[in-house]
Amino acid sequence: MAYVAVKGGERAIDAAHDWLARVRRGAPTVPEIKTDQIAEQLGRAVDRVMAEGSCYDRDLGALAVKQAQGDLIEAAFLLRAYRTTLPRFASSLPVETSAMLIHRRISAIYKDLPGGQVLGPTYDYTHRLLDFALAAEADSGVAPAAPLPPAEPDQTPPAVTPRVLDMLHAEGLMGAEPQSDATPGDITREPMSFPAERDIRLQALARGDEGFLLALGYSTQRGYGNSHPFVGELRMGDVSVEIEPPELGFAIDIGRITLTECEMVNQFGGSKTEPPQFTRGYGLCFGHGERKAMGMALVDRAMRAEELGEDATAPAQDIEFVLYHSDNIEATGFVEHLKLPHYVDFQSELETIREIRRTSQNSTDAAGEPL
Amino acid sequence: MNGYNFAYLDEPTKRMIRRAILKAVAIPGHQVPFGAREMPLPYGWGTGGIQVTAAILGADDVLKVIDQGADDTTNAVSIRRFFSRVAGVETTTRTRDASVIQTRHRIPETPLRDDQILVYQVPLPEPLAKLEPSRAETKQMHALADYGLMHVKLYEDIARFGHVTISYDYPVMVNDRYLMSPSPIPAFDTLKMNRMPALQLFGAGREKRIYAVPPYTTVRPLDFDDHPFALIRAPHACTLCGATNSYLDEVVTDDRGGRMFICSDTDYCADRRGDAASEGDAA
Repeated sequence: MAYVAVKGGERAIDAAHDWLARVRRGAPTVPEIKTDQIAEQLGRAVDRVMAEGSCYDRDLGALAVKQAQGDLIEAAFLLRAYRTTLPRFASSLPVETSAMLIHRRISAIYKDLPGGQVLGPTYDYTHRLLDFALAAEADSGVAPAAPLPPAEPDQTPPAVTPRVLDMLHAEGLMGAEPQSDATPGDITREPMSFPAERDIRLQALARGDEGFLLALGYSTQRGYGNSHPFVGELRMGDVSVEIEPPELGFAIDIGRITLTECEMVNQFGGSKTEPPQFTRGYGLCFGHGERKAMGMALVDRAMRAEELGEDATAPAQDIEFVLYHSDNIEATGFVEHLKLPHYVDFQSELETIREIRRTSQNSTDAAGEPL
Repeated sequence: MNGYNFAYLDEPTKRMIRRAILKAVAIPGHQVPFGAREMPLPYGWGTGGIQVTAAILGADDVLKVIDQGADDTTNAVSIRRFFSRVAGVETTTRTRDASVIQTRHRIPETPLRDDQILVYQVPLPEPLAKLEPSRAETKQMHALADYGLMHVKLYEDIARFGHVTISYDYPVMVNDRYLMSPSPIPAFDTLKMNRMPALQLFGAGREKRIYAVPPYTTVRPLDFDDHPFALIRAPHACTLCGATNSYLDEVVTDDRGGRMFICSDTDYCADRRGDAASEGDAA
């Protein structure tokens, strides 16, 4: 009964918190890590925490990573619990990713294209060899990173980098997305209900667990969902966030955020009303999260199966299944709640199984058969 | 507590939850979707019950929190502390002194009064979930009061084992209309729900549902005429207070089969022993 020691619960919790604080700090001989170091040097961890915590704030993301000892789901939970207390003073206008200040932009379906292929800061072509030089105490010797290399006058990036899928659309080969001015749903205020429309689905995926989306996206490639995806475009960079206060009547820029956007091109055989064409799977997340954006785009497309008249039999195509299980804050809470005491339920299970065994023993005994 | 509203949630959120509660009371046993918020405690650890409690708590309420029937289990301590901190309300371990009782997995043995509210923490509000995982499907079954699936499950249990094998979270019919999960209370507690004078509110945070049993409402465990619902409890008396009618925890006392049975409801047990042990750590 160690963790329900009678009258000891309160002291046990205090002691556990003290111990946790010491473990979090680690050996006092090692300097304490600062949140600006996390924000600068563990940026991808902060990106993931902001994406799954649904809150774009690098400083708070770094704090959450520090407080959670690098447990990113715990960190995302900290950020979510904070986010939910924040007042909402405005909704932004839709961000325009065509006007993104590009850090990275690739297309796998054209060798070259307007706006160019920009490799950017990617691990893609690194050789995964542990760099022991980084373990040395001294500075890693990398030149201080400028946010972006200074653009030469004739190479100024265009204000708008055209989207690859728009080019396909102009040719009539890409299925049109339905346009709507309706206010999108809000899964943070209203519970999901089914059938869930695409606005709701994309919201849920954008905050969904990277590992879950990765695995489900992967499953569609391996035959559970029958997708034939191409990376039409993957772009990462900064976009302006604008709001339009009613008293002003025009939009004002309130800051920049880093986003990763992925548009997958998928085959579609056509139907009675639609000619054969390509269809889109869409992924978008805060920060630099290519794996997340790609997984999301694969799963988004998979969940459109029914809408496009395809068989919907695979897990990734089951909207209710995907949306109810993509949120790692919900998932970790419910899985980990099994650590809470359940001895009352277990006791009733014990009594029931004893009763059933007595019943079956009695009936076998009565029949005079050996057990 | 500085920087937070009374009982943590902001007033518009509380209003939204109260509207859901009112609707739930108006349609006994029906699950009302609500915009559950992220709480500073994890999903699955009582966030639904916490949100309901936060929405109904007033400054002069006296709060009791139990988990497994006990006031001193870690999660009960944690939730009670949360409300002491964010609402500053008086807390108690005495069932009869409480105006609001938040519970996980038990109904107190002491009968509740009509000036008390019992708030249940609910992990899976959908009683049909284990038989039909799709909420779109079960929603339709509730609309049509089509509970054949559950009757078949009970029938198959009886055919195979001679008994219904559901020992906790036993499905109940509320007001002869809606099949409801009573939350994972032992089947032993199910009958206490029937025509209870206290208002019973159920909060499921992760699943974003609230439902209710208004005072003096009929709650009937699902059964058959020839196989009526049967109470199951350990066939012993409490080692501490001698009670023979309370729900018992089995405490393993050694590794040679030694067992002790004690009341799961710590306040009830202490009260019967006539000592003040139930005041304990709820300072």
